[in-house]
Amino acid sequence: MVKELVVIGGGPAGLAAALSARENGIEDILIIERDVQLGGILNQCIHNGFGLHTFKEELTGPEYAQRYIDLIHENNIDYVLNTIVTHISEDKVITLMSAKDGLYHISAKSIILAMGCRERPRGALNIPGKRPAGIYSAGTAQRLVNIEGRMIGKKVVILGSGDIGLIMARRMVLEGADVQLVAEIMPFSGGLTRNIVQCLDDYGIPLKLSHTVVDIQGDKRVESVTIAMVDKSLQPIPGTEKTYECDTLLLSCGLIPENELSHQLGISMNQVTTGAFVNESLETNVEGIFACGNVLHVHDLVDYVSEESKQAGQSASLYLKGLQNKEGKDIRIVTTDGVRYSVPSTLNVSRMQERQIIRFRVGRVYRDAYVSVYVDDTRIKHLRKRILTPGEMEQVLLRSDELHPFENIDQITIKIEEV
Amino acid sequence: MYDIVVIGAGVIGCSIARELSRYNYHILVLDKNSDLCEGTSKANSGIVHAGYDAKQGSLMAKMNVLGNQLMPKLCEDLDVSFVNNGSLVLCFDKTQIECLEELKQRGISNGVKGLEILTKEEVLLKEPHLNHNVVAALYAPSGGIVCPFELTIALGENACSNGVTFQFNSEVIDIKKQELSYLIKTKTGDIKTSIVINAAGVHSDDIHNFVEQDKIKVIPRKGEYCLLDKECQNLVSHTIFQLPNEYGKGILVTPTVHGNIILGPTAVDIDDKENHQTTKQGLFEVLSKAGLSLIDVPTKQIITSFTGVRAHREAHEFLIEEAEHAAGFFDVAGIESPGLASSPAIGQYVANMVTTKYPTSKKENFISKRKRIPTLSELSFDEQTKLIKENPLYANIVCRCEMVSEGEIVEAIHRPLGATTVDGIKRRTRAGMGRCQAGFCLPKTIQILARELNKDISEITKTGEGSYYITGYNKEDI
Repeated sequence: MVKELVVIGGGPAGLAAALSARENGIEDILIIERDVQLGGILNQCIHNGFGLHTFKEELTGPEYAQRYIDLIHENNIDYVLNTIVTHISEDKVITLMSAKDGLYHISAKSIILAMGCRERPRGALNIPGKRPAGIYSAGTAQRLVNIEGRMIGKKVVILGSGDIGLIMARRMVLEGADVQLVAEIMPFSGGLTRNIVQCLDDYGIPLKLSHTVVDIQGDKRVESVTIAMVDKSLQPIPGTEKTYECDTLLLSCGLIPENELSHQLGISMNQVTTGAFVNESLETNVEGIFACGNVLHVHDLVDYVSEESKQAGQSASLYLKGLQNKEGKDIRIVTTDGVRYSVPSTLNVSRMQERQIIRFRVGRVYRDAYVSVYVDDTRIKHLRKRILTPGEMEQVLLRSDELHPFENIDQITIKIEEV
Repeated sequence: MYDIVVIGAGVIGCSIARELSRYNYHILVLDKNSDLCEGTSKANSGIVHAGYDAKQGSLMAKMNVLGNQLMPKLCEDLDVSFVNNGSLVLCFDKTQIECLEELKQRGISNGVKGLEILTKEEVLLKEPHLNHNVVAALYAPSGGIVCPFELTIALGENACSNGVTFQFNSEVIDIKKQELSYLIKTKTGDIKTSIVINAAGVHSDDIHNFVEQDKIKVIPRKGEYCLLDKECQNLVSHTIFQLPNEYGKGILVTPTVHGNIILGPTAVDIDDKENHQTTKQGLFEVLSKAGLSLIDVPTKQIITSFTGVRAHREAHEFLIEEAEHAAGFFDVAGIESPGLASSPAIGQYVANMVTTKYPTSKKENFISKRKRIPTLSELSFDEQTKLIKENPLYANIVCRCEMVSEGEIVEAIHRPLGATTVDGIKRRTRAGMGRCQAGFCLPKTIQILARELNKDISEITKTGEGSYYITGYNKEDI
C-alpha cells in the first residue's frame, strides 16, 4: 500500500496535523492509532480547562478530542485503530500490525510523527525503598480511575508537581480519597500555576517544594512513604524525614517523548527535549518526516499542541506538493541564559511563514525578567515577563519582516535577561 | 501422601523437582509465595559463572563447573534464553595481578577450561567502554548469562508437565518427624510425605531446624541492583567483574540475555529475610563501584532498581546432604552465588542422592523438552505473520516497550503453572519490564488477567494476597 501522508498517532497532535494537511489539499492521508479510539490521552483527561485558546471555551479532554474527531469524520480522513507501528525504514516503509489486518507495510511519501510521550517511572527516579503494589505513575492511575471508574487507593501521597499529578490530586479527593500532600524535589512546581490553585489550594492539599521521597515501606501494598527536605544539590537533608502513612504513592515526575520510531529512522535528537531537532517547518533532518506535539517536546496546554501540529500538517502538504522552498539557509537558534531549548531549533528566513512561533522552556523561575531575541549581535526583541517558570511553555513570535532587513544571519539567540 | 515434598519453588527446588520427575515418584513442590520464582531466583545477576571463584575441592566448585557445562543443553531443551558471553575479572593494580593468576590456577584446578590472563590492550579491544585504568584481566570464555525467571519457570513448567504438583501460598510453619514419614504443617493444611527436600533458600535454616537437632544458620545477604535501558546494550558484551573481596564477587556489570545492562549487587548482611528494600546508600554504592569498571555509567538510563536476598552461610559452602538425624530429609541449603549457575548440577546431584537411597523406576514417557511462549519481538516478519494468522491476539500489543502482545499474556496465563499475578505475567512475558515500567500496560494486564481468570480487577494482585491494585469504586467512600 502507498500513502501520500501517514500520521503516526491519533491523539491531539496527530488529529490536528492530519486535518491541517487535508485543509491544505492533501487527499491521501492515513492516521495510525494504537489504542481502541482516537483522541489519545485526552480521553482520560475528564477535567475541564481544554480549548480556551483553540475554541475560546472551556472543554473537558474528551470534548476537546471529539471536536477534532468529528472533523476527521467530516473530512473523511482515513484512520486505523488498534494498530501499532513496529518499524519505519529510512525509505519511509512503515510496518504495522493489528489483530484485524495482521502484519503489513505501507510506503509513505511523507510521515508526521505524533506518538506523544510517556511518564517517567519510579525506577528512572531511583527512589529507594520497597516495591509493593500501590505505586502508580499519575497517568496510569488516571486511566484506572477515570476510564475504569475504579479507585486505586484511599490514602495518597503524590511525588512530583507535574500537571497530571496536580490534576490527580484533585481527582482522588473528588472520588473519595484522602490526599495528604504533594512533594516536589525542585524549589518550584513543574505544573501550571492555575493547576496548583485549582487542584491543591482549593482542596487544602499542601505542596511541599524541595521535598522528595526517601523511602517506601510495605511488603505487599504501600504502607507508608518517608519524605525529606532536599538541599540545593537536591540531596535529602538528614533529620528532616517525616513518614506519612498511606496506601498509595502517585508519581508525576516528568514526561518523556516516545521516540523509539524516530531512533530507527536515524533522526537527530535534541538531548534536552529528547525529541527531534526540527526546522521552522517542523521537519526533522530526514526529508519528508515531520514531528509535532509531545513527541517533539512536552507541552503544557493541548491548545499549543494543536497549533503546532497544524503547522506540521501545512509543512507536510507543501513538501508533498513540491512547493517547499529550497532556498536560503537554516539559521541556528541558540538558546542560552536560562532558555533550555527551542522548537524549532533552526529557521530559514526565505522559507518561514509570515509569523513564526518559537516555543521554549526556562530552567528556573524568573520574576520581572526579559525574554530577548538577538539576530547575531542585534537585539530585536526585549519582552518583559512578570513571571517565567519551568512548568509553563513560553513562546516568542518572530515575523519575517523583522528578519528580512538582516543579511547573512549567522545565528538567532534567545535568552533571559534579568533587570 | 506424597513420596517427596520439595519445599521452595525457586530455581533449585524446580531443578530438583524436574530431575526427580524422571522417576515414578509422587512429588509435590510447596512454596509460601503465590508463584514460582518469588525469592532469590527472581532478583540476582543472572550469571552462569565459569567456576574459578569457589574454593578448590568444595562442593560449590564442583556444582558450579558442572552446572556451567550442563546449562547450554538444559536451556536448549527448555527453550530458555542463554548466552555464552564470557566473563572478565578486571585488575586495576599491577601489584594485584598475582591475584588474577591465583584465580586462574584455582579455576584450572576446579576444571574450568580456557582461562587466560589478558593484557590491558587485549581487554580494551574486547570491551572499549571499560575504564582505561585496567591493567589486566582474567578471561573466562565459558562464563555465560541466563534469564533466571525463564529458567526457573521453564524447569517448573517442565516438572509440572511430568506430573509434579505445585502448591503455592503454603508457608511451612512446622515439620513433624513421624515413624516413616514427615508431617508438614502449612498455613493451608497438613501434608504427609516420605521424603522432604529443603530448597527454601533464605529460609532453608528454618526448615532444617524444624527437624534436625544440629541447627544451621542462614545469613540473609542483601544485594542491590540497577537495571539500564536497552539503549545501553553496547556498553559491555562480557560479564565484567572486579577482583573478589570478602563479601563476594563485588559489583559486576553485565548484559542480560534480553539486552539490558545490569549493575550490582551490593553485599550487606541483614536480619530480616524478607527485606527487599533498596537504599540510597546501596544504589550509590552500585553506581560508584560500577564506575570503577566503566569509563562512564549512564545513570540517566536506569529504568529500575531492586534488591535480592541471598542465602549466605558462614561456611560459604553449599549444604547438600541428607540430615544426620532425620532420614529422608534432604537439605539443599545455603545456596548463594553461584547457585543459579549450579542449579542444573544441583538438580542432578540431589536426584542422584534420593534415587540411590530410595530407588524407584524411571518413567518411560518423561518429557525432556519444553517450548517457550511464542515471543513476537524475537520473530521474523514471516514468522510474525504466521503467528498472527493463527491467533490475532498476537497482533495486540499490550506492552509497547518490550513489544509483548495480548497473545503472549493469554498464553502465560493458560499454560501449566500459569501466571495469576501481574508479576507472574511480567516474569513470563516481560510485559512491564521495559523503560516505562508498566505505566501503559498495567491497566491492560490487570484486565486481561481478570478476564482470563474470570475475576474482578479488584481481585488481581501484583504478587499474591495483600498486593492488590484496586481499592474500590469511585466515590463509594464519600
